[in-house]
Amino acid sequence: MTQSFTPPFRLGTRLAIPSSQAALRGLPRVEQKDIAMQTSIAAVVMRPLARHFLVATAGLAFTLTATLCANAQDTIKVGILHSLSGTMAISETTLKDVMLMLIEEQNKKGGLLGKKLEAVVVDPASNWPLFAEKARELITKDKVAAVFGCWTSVSRKSVLPVFKELNSILFYPVQYEGEESERNVFYTGAAPNQQAIPAVEYLMSKDGGEAKRWVLAGTDYVYPRTTNKILEAYLKQKGVADSDIMINYTPFGHSDWQTIVSDIKKFGSAGKKTAVVSTINGDANVPFYKELGNQGIKAIDIPTVAFSVGEEELAGIDTKPLLGHLAAWNYFQSIKTPINEKFIADWKAFIKNPKRVTNDPMEAHVIGFAMWVKAVEKANSTDPDKVIDALPGIEAPNLTGGTSKMLPNHHITKPVYIGEVRGDGQFDVVWKTPALVPGEAWSKYLPGSKDLEADWVTLKCGNYNTVTKKCGGGA
Amino acid sequence: MRDFSDRFVALVCAGPYEDGLGRFTADSFDETAEAINGIATSGHALAAQVIGALQEGRLLFSANDKRVFIRAPSDQLIDAATGRPIAGNGPSDLAPVRLNNRLRRTVEAALGGLMLMAPDPGKRFEAAQAVLKSKDANALAALDQAIPRETDARVKQALIEARAAVVLYLDAASDADKIEAIAVIRQRGDQDALALLGGLPASASPAVRKAATDAIASIENSLALWTALQNTWYGLSLGSVLLLAAIGLAITFGVMGVINMAHGEMVMLGAYTTFVVQQVIRAYDPTLFDYSLAVAIPLAFVVAGLVGILIEQGIIRFLYGRPLETLLATWGLSLILQQGVRTVFGPTNKDVGNPSWMSGSFEVGQITITYNRLWIIVFTLLIFMGLLALLRFTRFGLEMRAVTQNRAMAASMGIRTSRIDALTFGLGSGIAGLAGVALSQIDNVSPNLGQGYIIDSFMVVVFGGVGNLWGTLVGAFTLGIANKFLEPYAGAVLGKIAILVLIILFIQKRPRGLFALKGRAVEP
Repeated sequence: MTQSFTPPFRLGTRLAIPSSQAALRGLPRVEQKDIAMQTSIAAVVMRPLARHFLVATAGLAFTLTATLCANAQDTIKVGILHSLSGTMAISETTLKDVMLMLIEEQNKKGGLLGKKLEAVVVDPASNWPLFAEKARELITKDKVAAVFGCWTSVSRKSVLPVFKELNSILFYPVQYEGEESERNVFYTGAAPNQQAIPAVEYLMSKDGGEAKRWVLAGTDYVYPRTTNKILEAYLKQKGVADSDIMINYTPFGHSDWQTIVSDIKKFGSAGKKTAVVSTINGDANVPFYKELGNQGIKAIDIPTVAFSVGEEELAGIDTKPLLGHLAAWNYFQSIKTPINEKFIADWKAFIKNPKRVTNDPMEAHVIGFAMWVKAVEKANSTDPDKVIDALPGIEAPNLTGGTSKMLPNHHITKPVYIGEVRGDGQFDVVWKTPALVPGEAWSKYLPGSKDLEADWVTLKCGNYNTVTKKCGGGA
Repeated sequence: MRDFSDRFVALVCAGPYEDGLGRFTADSFDETAEAINGIATSGHALAAQVIGALQEGRLLFSANDKRVFIRAPSDQLIDAATGRPIAGNGPSDLAPVRLNNRLRRTVEAALGGLMLMAPDPGKRFEAAQAVLKSKDANALAALDQAIPRETDARVKQALIEARAAVVLYLDAASDADKIEAIAVIRQRGDQDALALLGGLPASASPAVRKAATDAIASIENSLALWTALQNTWYGLSLGSVLLLAAIGLAITFGVMGVINMAHGEMVMLGAYTTFVVQQVIRAYDPTLFDYSLAVAIPLAFVVAGLVGILIEQGIIRFLYGRPLETLLATWGLSLILQQGVRTVFGPTNKDVGNPSWMSGSFEVGQITITYNRLWIIVFTLLIFMGLLALLRFTRFGLEMRAVTQNRAMAASMGIRTSRIDALTFGLGSGIAGLAGVALSQIDNVSPNLGQGYIIDSFMVVVFGGVGNLWGTLVGAFTLGIANKFLEPYAGAVLGKIAILVLIILFIQKRPRGLFALKGRAVEP
């Protein structure tokens, strides 16, 4: 693990980074890029003055930090920011494990840029402010090259300012409500047009049951509210009347679904085919589906399509009452491709439990990690600015047999699948998009965002207003 | 040789049935839909068997051999073309014919038509319901045949209603027939009837439309009354859950005055005990699964009770009279317990199954009563009465009341107050464990299970009046029913907020809750 000899100038980077950060804040944008390069050792060493300074400080620092730095400099650190305790541990622990597996595999292949990768795991404990604190710790104290993390939108929003301020990279693996594109964040989960809209289109189709009446049920927080806003706009554009849309929000962890399910039943008995679009958060789904089953609502009468129910969530319940209910994702464990079968086998071996399942956000991390590795190799550096510039256009195979591409808006292309719940807790794919769908940061269906465009390659802007021709122009 | 002749027969007699079977092997939803319709109308003797197998996922096909098999419940493979069992495991690429929701509807409609004459009245009833939903015109002939022959009154009614549904949606039927059909459906008076009437095509004549609108109005009127009854039932059910969660707290907080933030975790421990019991039963003797709760109930009480006694002995007895420190210590403890369970059992939800007698529902008039909710109400009331009896009629209950009313006096009468404290705390925790067994049937079994109930429990106990079990009962049911009547108007989120505001206002008026203790016990 520890190398016996470490060249002294490498030790100095620990000291050089804070000074470059101080410079970062005070300088205009164009020069900023130039100076941020100092984090890249090679660039620093090229400058005679900096070299003198570094060698001098390194000599001083050598005795103090020798062991610490020797450890730190041998490896490229990768931050993992997923809750291991608290409410979100149920979903996020798995993502931590899959990251550890990916890093281990990469190290077996010889690491990255000739160095080993080292995972730095922190536990933000499902506590949103703690996410920001832990992110700061990862970037400033552990000096990670990139962070893979967050699940809920509120945790992502809470770490955003930190990643912007300290100029680091976050890979966010979960389907989300869109309406965001940041320079420092790469969204490997689905945007609404890669999950919600295709799911509704399917339910409107002949095979999906030609639904005419819609229940939009969700947990009361930002993801369901924004998604439902987009869906409502979309449905109205398709000619669905106001009276044919029922929107319902419930608190986190809601467990008494009797009234709502009987309302849905009532709403569904108006003589038109009814479908439920559920943005109910993972945990509250189990009692929801149990109640649907108990009140005798079968998928053939009122199908429910869910955006937050995957293999992992179904692992905790008896799926018989759910048969035929639907989920929309970009990946299902049951999809048979050689790369997916290998991934599932590797995962089961890594976690030493043959019953563990795989799910969509795990695939997002697989793609995100592969893209980051390729981008670092392309940039030949882990410097955030270089990697951020290298990432758009990078392609990586997804587990369903296609090749996903990082787009200039920092979203990726993904296939969309609709799966039906099977008796064994897996999904049967009943529909898929003919081609990969590019992720859209800004929804076409919302008045506030339809003119906005995100492009970090040519426009260098996450919310360019195509009408006023200005960056940062919310309508 | 036999095999060859079977195939030969299948090739030569390619009627609609054989043609349909061939379509199953295409593995396409559209082809399967054609196949179902073809087979259902073929009149072939095996048609009902094939479509029944398809519905249950027992219809297998081999794409290579272009053959279709039925897997009998005994696992024997039957060639669908001939109805004869085959030897061995059949072709290697056997896969079930896939269905989606559209096809399931087609299957159900087809089966409805085929099963109208089934010998089992239950099957005939289901078939009639399926036809009612599908409004399949093809079933009309079968219905006309089946109605005069039907002997079971309930099935006969269902058949007549199904026929009315078909007639209502039949373009060829006269207006008089349709209006007669509407009268039949109006009699039915439930949500399915509303759906039938509401979905009437725009092409219907004005007279028919008017009859339908009248019928809808009348059904809606009678349903409004049922809705109120249903809300009351839901309220009772929610109230029983609240009571269940709060009743243990009514002992530890209400009687002993300990602010126990780890109360929810006792509930969680009870739920995990149920999970472990079910795992053991699944591993050793799955036939006993229906009795798993009977085993889990005493075990959960003991487990949670022992943990409660440990907590009292280890932490709380040093903190009596210091409510703030108790609050912080028990809150910390609740986090430790949660994380401990998370470490041992993992963060994911655990699968706790419903025994068969707790699944499903039955209908009383127009309201659906689910068995699990019904049993939970019964269970809660049993616990409540048991606890009252324990306090009233046993020596332990007497000593417990003595200690809470006047500790010094009780001690001087020779009661070991510290022992009573530990046992009381254990009792409260044990009851929380019992609550966990019941809640495992309707909620997620995860380390966070208890968190969702702690606030509600305190709310109930404070609202009902600290130190009064009857207050807890009334408080829980009042809050439950109020919540369920608010929910349809205000939504689940606002409803909860409204309840909280109401309680705050109520506490301003009556700081000691609904049923305040009077007399000496009030003064410390």
